[in-house]
Amino acid sequence: MERKKYFVFVGLLSLCAVTFLGGCSTILLFNPKGPIGESERFVIIAAIVLMLIVIIPVFIMAFWFPLKYRASNTKSTYMPKWVHSAKIDFFMWGVPIAIVTLLAILAWTRTYSLDPYKPIPSAHKPINIEVVCLDWKWLFIYPDQNIATVNQITFPVNVPVSFKITSDTVMASFFIPQLGSQIYAMAGMQTRLHLLADKPGTYAGQNQQFTGRGFADMHFKANAVSYEEFQSWVEKIRQSPEKLDLERYSKLAKPSVGYYPVTYFSSVKPDLFEYILRKFNPNLDKNFGPMSGGPDSKHAGSDVSEEN
Amino acid sequence: MFGKLTLSAIPYDNPITMTAVAGAVFMAFVILGLITYYRKWTYLYNEWLTTLDHKRIGMMYVILALVMLLRGFADAILMRSQQAIAAGGSLGFLSPDHFNQIFSAHGSIMIIFMAMPFMVGLMNIVVPQQLGARDVAFPFMNSLSLWLTTAAALLVMVSLGYGEFSKAGWSGYAPLTEQQYSPGVGVDYWIWAFQIAGVSSTMTGINFLVTILKMRAPGMNPMRLPLFVWTTFFTMLLVVWAFPVLTVDLALLTLDRYLGMHFFTNTLGGNMMMYVNLFWTWGHPEVYIVILPAFGIFSEVVATFSGKRLFGYKSMVYATSVITILSFSVWLHHFFTMGASPNVNIFFGIATMLIAVPTGVKIFNWLFTMYRGRIKLATPMYWTLAFIVTFAVGGSAGVMMSIPPADYVLHNSLFLIAHFHNVLIPGSLFGFFAGFYYWFPKAIGFRLNEDWGKRAFWCWLIGFYLAFIPLYVLGFMGMPRRMAHYANPAWHPYLLVAALGAAVILLGIVFQGIQLLVSIKERHALRDPTGDPWGGRTLEWLTSSPPAIYNFPKIPVVDELDAFMDMKERGVAYLRPDQYDDIEMPKTSPHGFIIGALAFMFGFAMIWHVWWLAILAALGTLFTVIIRSMDDDIHYIIPAAEVERIENERYRQLGSIA
Repeated sequence: MERKKYFVFVGLLSLCAVTFLGGCSTILLFNPKGPIGESERFVIIAAIVLMLIVIIPVFIMAFWFPLKYRASNTKSTYMPKWVHSAKIDFFMWGVPIAIVTLLAILAWTRTYSLDPYKPIPSAHKPINIEVVCLDWKWLFIYPDQNIATVNQITFPVNVPVSFKITSDTVMASFFIPQLGSQIYAMAGMQTRLHLLADKPGTYAGQNQQFTGRGFADMHFKANAVSYEEFQSWVEKIRQSPEKLDLERYSKLAKPSVGYYPVTYFSSVKPDLFEYILRKFNPNLDKNFGPMSGGPDSKHAGSDVSEEN
Repeated sequence: MFGKLTLSAIPYDNPITMTAVAGAVFMAFVILGLITYYRKWTYLYNEWLTTLDHKRIGMMYVILALVMLLRGFADAILMRSQQAIAAGGSLGFLSPDHFNQIFSAHGSIMIIFMAMPFMVGLMNIVVPQQLGARDVAFPFMNSLSLWLTTAAALLVMVSLGYGEFSKAGWSGYAPLTEQQYSPGVGVDYWIWAFQIAGVSSTMTGINFLVTILKMRAPGMNPMRLPLFVWTTFFTMLLVVWAFPVLTVDLALLTLDRYLGMHFFTNTLGGNMMMYVNLFWTWGHPEVYIVILPAFGIFSEVVATFSGKRLFGYKSMVYATSVITILSFSVWLHHFFTMGASPNVNIFFGIATMLIAVPTGVKIFNWLFTMYRGRIKLATPMYWTLAFIVTFAVGGSAGVMMSIPPADYVLHNSLFLIAHFHNVLIPGSLFGFFAGFYYWFPKAIGFRLNEDWGKRAFWCWLIGFYLAFIPLYVLGFMGMPRRMAHYANPAWHPYLLVAALGAAVILLGIVFQGIQLLVSIKERHALRDPTGDPWGGRTLEWLTSSPPAIYNFPKIPVVDELDAFMDMKERGVAYLRPDQYDDIEMPKTSPHGFIIGALAFMFGFAMIWHVWWLAILAALGTLFTVIIRSMDDDIHYIIPAAEVERIENERYRQLGSIA
């Protein structure tokens, strides 16, 4: 019986290994395209390796002890009153404490260095994108270019992208798996996210937080392209006949079912993003409160109105 | 007059739901018909519906849990089938509205109406006996808890055929659950089912805390308590501390929904983050509430079947207490991605990791209990070994997610789903199964068939890995949870494997059904005439199987940890007392059942805005409570002669096998 269990286990392990190796390009988190994602991959792999220090001995003991000390094996030692060993106690408290200490150090340093609010140091000026979660699509506003898109973003490779995120509906989560970190989108509040793509390509983006009926269709494309291609993309959008004024926005904000087709707006009502924030939170601080600050600011609670 | 009640609330147009409803109604009629045919109504009323006996109440809790397990599992099968089909352009066979109800119901049911009643059921059967007591501290409150939980479970079942269930997930995040985004009755069903079950849990918590503090047999000082009692104690502390937070959170949401207030709305100063905050202040301890008792069960099982004392008993107790305290300092890890500062995130991240230390210690203690033992691999032991191996993986995945930057990419993905199923299924359900097989002979009087038990076990274990390992991979592939359909073709093969896993688990459940039937057929061969079928170590094995209504004719005196083992070693376990005394036991009472029925009516009326009925049911409850409180004649005496007759019979049985 024990042998059977062993084979089942080894079989499953190799199955996992094979699926992992075979499908590597689709395993997005192990195939990051930017420094944030790469760093997060490192954290995950380091954690797995550290965990194996505990998991492997547990596996060995869980198979070896029942085999060795099975009732039918009368030759093995039997000590029914043996309940304490200082040596074993030392290891069973010590090893987990040591591993958790290492993990805590890793977590501590990386939590600060990978803070989504922290701008990515770069020689280039970041591209600003304002993200609005709608039912059930994503609106992206490029305030510097004065254009907007639905369900598609394009930005130059190797240039930091600075996202300001909010929602005009329920709570959602903005996520481009291959670039790293996700962050919630909440009405009347602004959250921040800084990402960078260091390889050109088209990456899947999505809503990671369930938002109701049309949730499954809330995915978008994120294109990382050369600076020239980015410029011509912006030009292309400026040719679009659609303009995003308030009337068009309120039409867009209405719930839509199914995947909302990519839409380009050649111009945007000024401060539309702030208008959407103020709809829910009229007392909004002019600087959007502590949330717009750098890594030292306390963006606890992320409520924009906190400073009022 | 009838609020929002309308015939069009019945989902006629949904064949899947209507089939399920028809099946449930048919089963109910069959059961009612059989009871009538065999003229068992009086028996049912006198011996079960009105009973205050902790063992019977425990059995009814377990039956409720098993029924709800089937319901919750049916939801799981539907979800796995939907995601196996709805790839690429296909929308599958479930509309998003239906799919969203299914995963919301699955989570709500499995936590509140499967894991909780299963756990409370086993505690009811076992804890008083392990303490050397004759009942819990408050037998009537115990019956009341049972019927309130049943009423709440019934509300969830009714939502299937009348109206709808919540479409906002089992965690019901505001503002999605606010009137503006969820105008239907679904969220109200979810709220009232949780509220009624929450009241029941809080009462159970108080009841078991007092039982453990006040009803221990003479000599059973804290460091002689069986580990299951210890984990029950800490669990109930968590229940009493955590459940009121949920009650308040849902009450505020109710005020938003019913009276147009703005606690968690988007506008007028509402703060949805506070809903999430309060929900997980309860929600994370809740995870330990359903896991800690299972840890206790594993501790009992591993010691008994290794023929050895539990290794490191004291460190087990301390580890449990550390987990209890830490479990209240980690809830923020459910929303690292909300935009809190690194200072906040890292505090909760490290607090979460710390829990791995006492948990790891526990795993090693179980392993070293087996070391130098004489291990009998009976079914409960299978579940225990599977738990140790599987939980090590699931727990590690959890530690990984406690690192905030790792959580930034894994949060709300299928990795998270794989992780919490990988801790809750082995850590809670496998434990309750182990306890079910371990204590079944104690409660019923005969063991369960081992062959079918092992077949069922292998299906569960293999099915589990097939169903959840692909979900880990899908998490790394970036797939979010709760998707009714998806466009990415790369996810599809993994979801097919996961669906296969669910099918293998289904086979395991079928085998468990067969096991029950086969065991009932073979009950004479499987009978446990001694009351101690496994070579037990704790006091519940001192009683007969099933125990007499009073459990112990004489309250035992405890001199050691593993009291019953100690008695057996000293040869005093089966000594007959010189004389028996009269025993005072609680009388049956219909009031718990009546309040349960009224609570159901109240919940239903609130959901459908039938205000007069809600007021009537609330007044009825108050009235019933008053009547019960006025009743001073709540005990009856079992005369010494009757006790002697029962005990003579027991010793005759013991003599015939000796």
